[in-house]
Amino acid sequence: MIRLNINGQEREVDVPADMPLLWVLRDELNMTGTKFGCGIAQCGACTVHIDGTPTRSCVTPVEAAAGTAITTIEGVQGKAAQAVQAAWQKMDVVQCGYCQSGQIMSAIALVAENQNPSDEDIDAAMDGNVCRCATYQRIRAAVKDAAKTMRA
Amino acid sequence: MLHNLIKQAAADIAVAAPSRRSVLMGGGALVLGAMLPIRVRAEDAAGPKIVGPTDPRPHAFVRIAADNTVTVLVKHLDKGQGIMTGLATIVAEELDADWAQMRGEFAPANGELYANHMFGIQGTGGSTAVTNSWDELRMAGAAARAMLVATAAQRWSVPAAEITVEKGVVKHAKSAKSATFGELAEDAAKQPVPAKVTYKDPASYSLIGNTALHRLDHISKTNGTAQFALDVRRPGQVTAVLARSPRFGGTVKSVDDKAARQVAGVIDVITLPIGVAVIAKNTWAAMQGRQALTVEWDDSKAEKRGTEQMIADYRALADKPGAKAAAKGDAAKALAGAAKVVEAEFVFPYLAHAPMEPLNATAQLTQDGGCEIWAGSQFQGVEQKVAAGVLGCKPEQVKINTLWAGGSFGRRATPDGDYIAEAVTIAKAYPKAPVHLVWTREDDIQGGRYRPLFLHRIKAGVDASGKIVGWDQRIVGQSFMAGTLFEPFMVKDGVDSTAVEGASDMAYTVPNLAVDYHLTKSPVTTLWWRSVGHTHTAYAKEVMIDQLAKAAGKDPVAFRADMLQDHPRLLGVLKLAAEKAEWSKPLPQGRFRGVAVHESFGSFVAHVAEISLNERQQIKVERVVVAIDCGQVINPDVVKAQMEGGTGWGIGHALRDQITLTDGVVDQTNFDSYEPMRMSDMPVVEVHMVPSTLRPTGVGEPGVPGAAPAVANAYFSATGKALHVLPFAGAGAV
Repeated sequence: MIRLNINGQEREVDVPADMPLLWVLRDELNMTGTKFGCGIAQCGACTVHIDGTPTRSCVTPVEAAAGTAITTIEGVQGKAAQAVQAAWQKMDVVQCGYCQSGQIMSAIALVAENQNPSDEDIDAAMDGNVCRCATYQRIRAAVKDAAKTMRA
Repeated sequence: MLHNLIKQAAADIAVAAPSRRSVLMGGGALVLGAMLPIRVRAEDAAGPKIVGPTDPRPHAFVRIAADNTVTVLVKHLDKGQGIMTGLATIVAEELDADWAQMRGEFAPANGELYANHMFGIQGTGGSTAVTNSWDELRMAGAAARAMLVATAAQRWSVPAAEITVEKGVVKHAKSAKSATFGELAEDAAKQPVPAKVTYKDPASYSLIGNTALHRLDHISKTNGTAQFALDVRRPGQVTAVLARSPRFGGTVKSVDDKAARQVAGVIDVITLPIGVAVIAKNTWAAMQGRQALTVEWDDSKAEKRGTEQMIADYRALADKPGAKAAAKGDAAKALAGAAKVVEAEFVFPYLAHAPMEPLNATAQLTQDGGCEIWAGSQFQGVEQKVAAGVLGCKPEQVKINTLWAGGSFGRRATPDGDYIAEAVTIAKAYPKAPVHLVWTREDDIQGGRYRPLFLHRIKAGVDASGKIVGWDQRIVGQSFMAGTLFEPFMVKDGVDSTAVEGASDMAYTVPNLAVDYHLTKSPVTTLWWRSVGHTHTAYAKEVMIDQLAKAAGKDPVAFRADMLQDHPRLLGVLKLAAEKAEWSKPLPQGRFRGVAVHESFGSFVAHVAEISLNERQQIKVERVVVAIDCGQVINPDVVKAQMEGGTGWGIGHALRDQITLTDGVVDQTNFDSYEPMRMSDMPVVEVHMVPSTLRPTGVGEPGVPGAAPAVANAYFSATGKALHVLPFAGAGAV
C-alpha cells in the first residue's frame, strides 16, 4: 500500500511502486481531470503540482509522490488558482479543452511565483504544455490577466 | 468534397457487410437516394433553399425544463470548434432565450432525426455543421417560441399577437402578466407544432453576432469536469491496448504472450486478425503487458519502402501525364508562347493529426446482441453500421454516447470507423466486461491515416504585360478512397476530387489551365486532415502565384486582385486583410510579409503573415492578419478562435512536421520527434470578419490553407528563396 496526500486528503493505493502517478489518479482514484497526452513528459496534459511545483505525472512513479502534497485540477484553490481559472473563462481560452487542465496547472504555478511575467517568462513556463488547437495566444493573454489580478 | 465522400462511405459500409449483403445493397441505395444533392459551395450557401427537412422539428432539438434551462440537442461532435455553442446560439436567437439559461447536450445516434443533410448520415466534417443546421435550428427555435407563446395566450386568455418574448421571459404588457420558459414548458410541449414559422430579421439579432457570449464549455473545460471519452468509467470496465503491425499492411504471424500474461494487472491476451489485444485492470498494466509481448509479423504484403523511395517513385510518375482533373484552353501552347515561365516541384509530407486526446472508445455488449459505445464519435452513422457489422446485429441496436472530443482534425472520422471497430471487435472477443480501448501517443503517431504524401509539379507563365497565360500542374499522391469498394464512385476517370480540390477549380483568371493527377497506391493508410486537399493545393498555388508576381514585376496583392475580379468574396477578404495589415506601408527593418488567399468549404479567407529572420536566416512568425467571409457570423469569438487555431495549425505543421518511413517503418514515435507547435512558435493573430447576412458557412477548416503559404511568401520576399519542400525545417528555414 502506498499512502498519498492528494488535494489535502490521505489516500491509500495498492499498485506497483513504478506505476506513474497519472494512472493512479485516473484509473485507481477516478480523478480524470488530469489528462494523458503522450506518456513521455512532452505535452504537459498530465501536469499536477507536487509540493507546489508543476510536475508531469505521466513520468512520476507513484512511489516518488508518496510523502508529498499532490494537487490536481480538481483540488486547486487559492488566489492564483482563482485568478487563472477566471482569466481562462473570461477570455474563452478553451477549444477542445483536453490540454487545459495541464495548461492551467502550469499557469497557476507561474503566476503564484511571478506576478508580472514577460512574454519570455510565459514562453519558458508554458512551452512544455502543448495545445493542438493552438489556443496559445489566448493562454498568453489569460496568464497576463491572471498576473494582473495577482498584483491587484 | 468531403461530404460526397462520406455519402459514399455510408453506402460502402452498407454494401460491405458480407452477411447481410443482399439486404444491405438495397439499404445502401436507399441511403444514397435520400441524400440531398448539396455541395457546400458559396453559390449554394447564398441561395434561399432550405437545407434539410422543411417542417419544424422542435422536439428533436430543444428541451425546456421546469428549472428554466433550455437544452439544445447537438447532433454534431464538438471537438473544440465550438459547434455546441454555435448551434445553441441559433436556437436561442429564434427562441428569444436568455444566454444564461442555454445548455447543450450531444444528441443520441439516430440517423432519422440527426443525419447531416450534406452526408445523408449522422456525422460531422467538412466544416458543414453550421450551414447544415442553420435552417432546422432556426425553425426549431422559432417553433418552440411559438408554442410557448400559444401556451401563455391560452393561460392568460389574451391574443397571442399581443405577447412578447425577451430574454427567456414571456410577457403580456397590457395585463402585466409574465412567465418564464420553465413555467410554461410542460404545457408548451403539448402544443401542436406549427407547420410554418417566420424567422427573425437579422437586423434584430441580439445573440447571433454577439461578441460577449461565452462558450457553453468555458467553465467545465477549465476545472477538469468536462467528460471526454478517455474519462469514461463503466462499472467493471477493463482497459485494452492493441499491438498492431509496425509496418502498414503487416499481419500477425506468431505470438508469444507468456511474459505479457505475467505482468501484474494483465487479465487476458487475445490474438485477433487486427492485432494482439492486451486486456488489463488498468491502462498502465495494459501498456506494460503489450511491451512484454513477442510478436512476429508477416510483412509479405506490407509497405517496405521508405519515403525517399516513394518520393522518387512519385517523381518518375510526374514525368508522365496523369488523369485529367481540369483542362481549359491549351496550357502547353500558351506556355510555349509565354514571356516568362516559372517551374517548381513541391513535396508535401505525410502528416499525423495527433489530437490531444488519444483515440479511445468504450464498448459494452448488450443483452439483445447489440452494444453500447462511449466515444468522441464523429461519424455516428458510419460507426453504428460498422459495429453492427462486427456483431451481426442491426445498426439501431448500437447505442452511441457521444462525449466531448479532445480534438480530431479529421482523425476521428474514418470511412471504416477504424478505432470503433477495434473496440467492438475486442469487446466481442472479451464479452465479460465493458472494454475501454486506448491508443497511446505512439499508436497515434505511427498508426497511419495520414494526410497523404503529395508531389506537385507546376509550370506557369506570364505574358509581356504580366498576366498569367498558362498553368500546367501535375499532382501525384494517394487517394483515401482507393482500395475501398466505393472507389468506382469517388474516383472519376482516375481523379479523386479531394486530391485536386483547390487546384482544379483555380479561382484566379487563368485562360489556359491543365491539372492532372496520378493516383498512387500504398498500404500506408491515409485520411482527410484539417482542410483536406486544400492543405497542399492552396500552398502550391499561392507560393507559385508569388513567384509569378515577381516574374511579372508586380506587387503580390495587386497581382492577385487583378485576377480575382470574378470572385468578389475572395477579392473582399484579400482587400480587407491587406488593409488591416497596412500592406501599402513599409514594414520596420527586419520584418517581411507575405499574403495568401483561398476559398475552401464555402468560406473565403486571406492571410497576411509577418516574419522576422534570426542570424541563421530562420523564420519567426511574428504576426498574422486574417480576414474571413463566412456569411452570417453566428459567434464572432468562436470564428476568431477558429481562425487563430487554424492559422496555428497550418503554420505549426509547415515549420517542422513530417511523418517519414524507413524500410516501411514510421520514424517518428511521439511528440519528441513529431514536434507540435508550442507557445513560443505562436504568432499574434488578428482576425477580421466581413459583415454578411448570407447563409453561414464553416470555419473549422478554412483558416488553415492560406496560413503556411503566407509565411512561405514572406520568406520569399525576405530571401528570394521559394520554399517548395515541406516542412520548412528541411530547407534550414526553421
